[in-house]
Amino acid sequence: MATRQLGAKKLRVLPGFKLTLGYTLLYLGLIVLIPLAAVFIKTSTLTWAQFSHTVFSPQALAAYRLSFGASLFAALVNAVFGLIIAWVLVRYNFFGKKIVDALVDLPFALPTAVAGITLATIYSPNGWIGQFFTPLGIKIAYTQLGIFVALTFIGLPFIVRTVQPVLEDFDPELEDAAASLGANRWQVFWRVIFPTLAPALLTGFALAFARALGEYGSVVFISSNIPMKTQIVPLLIMSELDGFQYAKATALAVVMLVISFLILLAVNVLQWWSNRYNTNNLA
Amino acid sequence: MSAVEKINVPHRRTEPPFVRRLLIGTALAFMALFLVVPLVSVFAEALRQGWGFYFQTLRDPMTLSAIKLTLIAAAISVPLNCVFGVAAAWAIAKFDFRGKNILLTLIDLPFSISPVISGLIYVLVFGTQGWFGSWFVDHDIKIIFAVPGIVLATIFVTFPFVARELIPLMQAQGRTEEEAARVLGASGWQTFWRVTIPNIKWGLIYGVILCNARAMGEFGAVSVVSGHIQGRTNTIPLHVQILYEGNNFTGAFAVASLLTFLALVTLVLKTWVEHKNTALRGTAFTPVPVVKKSG
Repeated sequence: MATRQLGAKKLRVLPGFKLTLGYTLLYLGLIVLIPLAAVFIKTSTLTWAQFSHTVFSPQALAAYRLSFGASLFAALVNAVFGLIIAWVLVRYNFFGKKIVDALVDLPFALPTAVAGITLATIYSPNGWIGQFFTPLGIKIAYTQLGIFVALTFIGLPFIVRTVQPVLEDFDPELEDAAASLGANRWQVFWRVIFPTLAPALLTGFALAFARALGEYGSVVFISSNIPMKTQIVPLLIMSELDGFQYAKATALAVVMLVISFLILLAVNVLQWWSNRYNTNNLA
Repeated sequence: MSAVEKINVPHRRTEPPFVRRLLIGTALAFMALFLVVPLVSVFAEALRQGWGFYFQTLRDPMTLSAIKLTLIAAAISVPLNCVFGVAAAWAIAKFDFRGKNILLTLIDLPFSISPVISGLIYVLVFGTQGWFGSWFVDHDIKIIFAVPGIVLATIFVTFPFVARELIPLMQAQGRTEEEAARVLGASGWQTFWRVTIPNIKWGLIYGVILCNARAMGEFGAVSVVSGHIQGRTNTIPLHVQILYEGNNFTGAFAVASLLTFLALVTLVLKTWVEHKNTALRGTAFTPVPVVKKSG
């Protein structure tokens, strides 16, 4: 009896558990969970016919296709260049490296509206970058290509910031071991280093993809927002809201939320896999 | 002897100079094209019609009221999310309870939700057609298309920032120092203020910097709940949009340059805090899930 009390007491040396957990749950509920539940409850008042009419309309299907295609393509480009940037920042020394490292986070720090008007301006037919593509007959701003550019801008830090710490923790002795066993530099990278980076790279890819799917601010200015052509899902939801079509906007939001949650789940599994991988390496 | 030396030759751990230069060149070119060119162009466009026009735009009453509303929204949302962040980190890092991982995932939730949907959920709850809409109409309280809606949307999108910096930090620090203080006779508050707060000071500052940057720059969510009433419900990013869509491009970029300046200050402060406390690194803005490492 006495020991049990002592044991129970030990857990409660620090005060405030009920207060802080209670406040955490209350605040989480009021700000996040109850408003989110509103989306699902509002949708449940629709009949299946109303729901499917909205979420499977040709306009919605075209928006999904563009959102997924542009996001996937942007995340792929970022995976390649993000890996190179992370590699260069961890492995090499060059002039201005600290500034380059800090600048990687610019797409997060810069408000999306600013990114949007800036990209729309420099990629417009006579903008700083757009002017070089005009003679080639390539239009970037106000086309699907422009949406891809904006989503690439927004996704870059995710890859760099997930790969960078894993690369920093990588034990160089493994490289020495591989090299002493006769592997050339490319084999060392591809067979030894890359498999260790893969979970982080995939996590970064998934995060960049998820962010691109939901992106609004940086796309709205560079897209001409033409239904079936340059309208991604967040723009479609916004145009339904502007027309006070709350039921339609909510139905589309539910589809996007479910997709986001699935990606979040995948990222958590990846993260768990990645951590397990690292602990195995250390052991 | 020579075999041992051969194993230790440094170039085995790196690439030939040609490959190194190619990779550095590729990385810098990509960053210049996607990050530096847009950054420089903001200021170039802002000053296209000279400094006079620039300051005239910034002194315009509509700009000033947008700045004021942005400051109000940040001044409410950042402290509220700070209190939440500290409370959540205290509960999660100092105590053991079931469902902790689910709670961590739920705290991160606002990061994975599109800004447009973040605004929409508040319209559904507080709009005139919404759950509590009629009650608020009866009592003549406006939330959507008014300042409270903007503040709520800002709180939502910046919700995880402070918590997700403090939780891993406090988990790594453990609870032995606080327990020692308690055993030596300190009260709960004394322990918190004299032991915990000094330990998490840099993490807290870091979270506040990131939270504030997002609070002042949020566009999508705020756009849904704002109603775009000039001089009343316009934040700085919304004012940028109004000027831009009104074809006042130089004016839009002049106001945007304020936000760009804020972004640069944020990056400098962030780098400075990382320099002060090397434990804060890497994941910064990136919503990498906070998973407790074994041990």
